[in-house]
Amino acid sequence: MKLQTATSLALVSVLEAAANPGRTVAAAEIAEKYGVSIHHLAKVLRELARAELVESARGVGGGYRFAGNAKRVTLMDVIERFEDISARSPDAGGAQPATDVGRALARVLAEIDEIARATFRSITIDTMLKLIAREAGARKLTAQPARQV
Amino acid sequence: MRLFDADQTSRSGGRKSAHPAVPARVRPAGSGDIGQVIALDAAVTGIEKADYWSEVFQRYGARGAKQRFFLVADAGGTIKGFVVGEVRDWEFGSPPCGWVFGINVRPDARLGGIGTQLLVAICDAFRRAGVTKVRTLLARENTLVLSFFRSQGMMAAPFIPLEMDL
Repeated sequence: MKLQTATSLALVSVLEAAANPGRTVAAAEIAEKYGVSIHHLAKVLRELARAELVESARGVGGGYRFAGNAKRVTLMDVIERFEDISARSPDAGGAQPATDVGRALARVLAEIDEIARATFRSITIDTMLKLIAREAGARKLTAQPARQV
Repeated sequence: MRLFDADQTSRSGGRKSAHPAVPARVRPAGSGDIGQVIALDAAVTGIEKADYWSEVFQRYGARGAKQRFFLVADAGGTIKGFVVGEVRDWEFGSPPCGWVFGINVRPDARLGGIGTQLLVAICDAFRRAGVTKVRTLLARENTLVLSFFRSQGMMAAPFIPLEMDL
């Protein structure tokens, strides 16, 4: 499954903000880190604010704070604000949906999509933060120079 | 409603669980616990399965069952939750692993860490039995328990569950 750019930006924005509870994260900081247009990111952040997933802080040091409950908000809660990944249309396989081949292909693709949706529904922001911490730990471990014997 | 340890609040709320941590000791199930296990399961699932749980206890709760585990979280004689699992060997060539096929916590004891205690205890038992991997299988719609296992660090396994109508 490929997510749209705005959806991916929304996910990283929420995770960046949730990783720093109580601290505001500047949009420019996220834009630079992920190499994306700040204008595009600003639109995404406005939508996240409307969904009460982030809140903006004005003034010097302003930016965005995570406003949700990290143990409750799932990846799906963020994704569905930006795109509809509900059941794939019958012609998504590219074949004529009215044919047996088309229907069979659509059935397999729908199966794949349902697994993806179940995965997004079951992973909370808190679980993602744990996963990110694990990745960071593993990276530090591999970056350590071998100890001299 | 959210099971086990995950916080149960609105999406934007920051409220912590209303339930204080429930002091409980995890121990192997005894024959005297089965009535409470049956009642707990019936309260959660809406189906009383007395024969099933009695049989599970015979197979998994019996003393001397080296690779089968039936543990309960006991708080002053009240069973707050239970977990059942076993070590499964070489299924389709897969090296032995721990397998959890049942976990439940009383609704009034949720959000207090009981689920985590039970999972940690059965994982310790699996390690002592010599395995280094734990697996489980859940319905895709069971978001509640899927989220719990995810929060404990479980990831998708390299298997695909299959079925067909008979």
